[in-house]
Amino acid sequence: MPPPSLRRTLVVMPAFNEAASVADVIREVREKVPSAQVLVVDDGSRDDTAERARAAGAIVARLPFNLGVGGAMRTGFRYARNNGFDAVVQVDADGQHDPSEVTQLVAGLADADLVLGARFAGVGDYRSSGPRRWAMIVLSRALSRLTGTRLTDTTSGFRASGPRAISLFAEHYPAEYLGDTIETLVIASRSGLRIEQIPVQMRVRAGGTPSHRPVKAAIYLGRAVLALLFALTRPRSSYLWEEPR
Amino acid sequence: MSIASYVLGIVAALLVLAVVVELLRRGRLRERHAVWWMLAGLLALVAAVFPATLAWAARLLGVQVPTNLVFFASTAILFFVALQSSSELTEIEKRVRTLAEQSALQELRIRELEDGKKQPPS
Repeated sequence: MPPPSLRRTLVVMPAFNEAASVADVIREVREKVPSAQVLVVDDGSRDDTAERARAAGAIVARLPFNLGVGGAMRTGFRYARNNGFDAVVQVDADGQHDPSEVTQLVAGLADADLVLGARFAGVGDYRSSGPRRWAMIVLSRALSRLTGTRLTDTTSGFRASGPRAISLFAEHYPAEYLGDTIETLVIASRSGLRIEQIPVQMRVRAGGTPSHRPVKAAIYLGRAVLALLFALTRPRSSYLWEEPR
Repeated sequence: MSIASYVLGIVAALLVLAVVVELLRRGRLRERHAVWWMLAGLLALVAAVFPATLAWAARLLGVQVPTNLVFFASTAILFFVALQSSSELTEIEKRVRTLAEQSALQELRIRELEDGKKQPPS
């Protein structure tokens, strides 16, 4: 199967109070992947994220209040489904995802429904430490087994979704904490989607604050494992969806 | 048991029932949520009017002090009401989320149509 064309690729950028960096990231995406469309989902920001994104040439959908990454992403998947896009690439508005890798992620959709950009797969110098690292290792092992693919970075938000993944995620994309990364992999795998990972570089955030503070790392491990367990024990009927024609 | 405490029990139970019925009547409480409260009020009324039924039920269940049965039953009912509320809250949050997403997409679509970027489906 040929990969989706970049002209039918939607770059979805969830943004919550990212006025400082959003315009630069959009400009960079438009420069690196000129044929792709950029949709910024403003997740109830109180700053002028939406105005700046619109001025930078993005399509902007504004959520009336903050829903979290999951809510913003499902909005993006619904927009993609309703407007006939073949690929959705999630790019964070804080600039930590390198837009020049979007093309590679989309190319990976040739033989997968969901392609993860992994930070620890040999490229770049991204490192994490302590409980957060252990959590990532535990999650990687468990999810690799489940999906039947070697996954090293399951909490990466830098991913590309093909037509089948778009259909599935337009219906089921958890808004829960960690649901947008871990549970989506479980949903995808249990719904028969093929998942692949390709190595990518991560950069330092251009603006905003990281969503995980080191102090909270231990709690993160617990919540991550719980999220995984609940995702695995959910009844199959919770994930009804329609395969695209 | 003194007359005063006997009356107090009945009045309290009647008050619960009266409030529940009034809320139902004014449409401030849906039937499905009122079931537990009605059940609690009715049980309280029966136990207040005929204290012997409480003693009988306690003996039947092997509860030594009948009052403890009252505490147990009240806690159980409150527990289920709270659980049901949390569960319905979850459902409502889910719907609010879907509506919020839909409103964002519709706002965007209106903007696009107004800007003439897109033709409405014919």
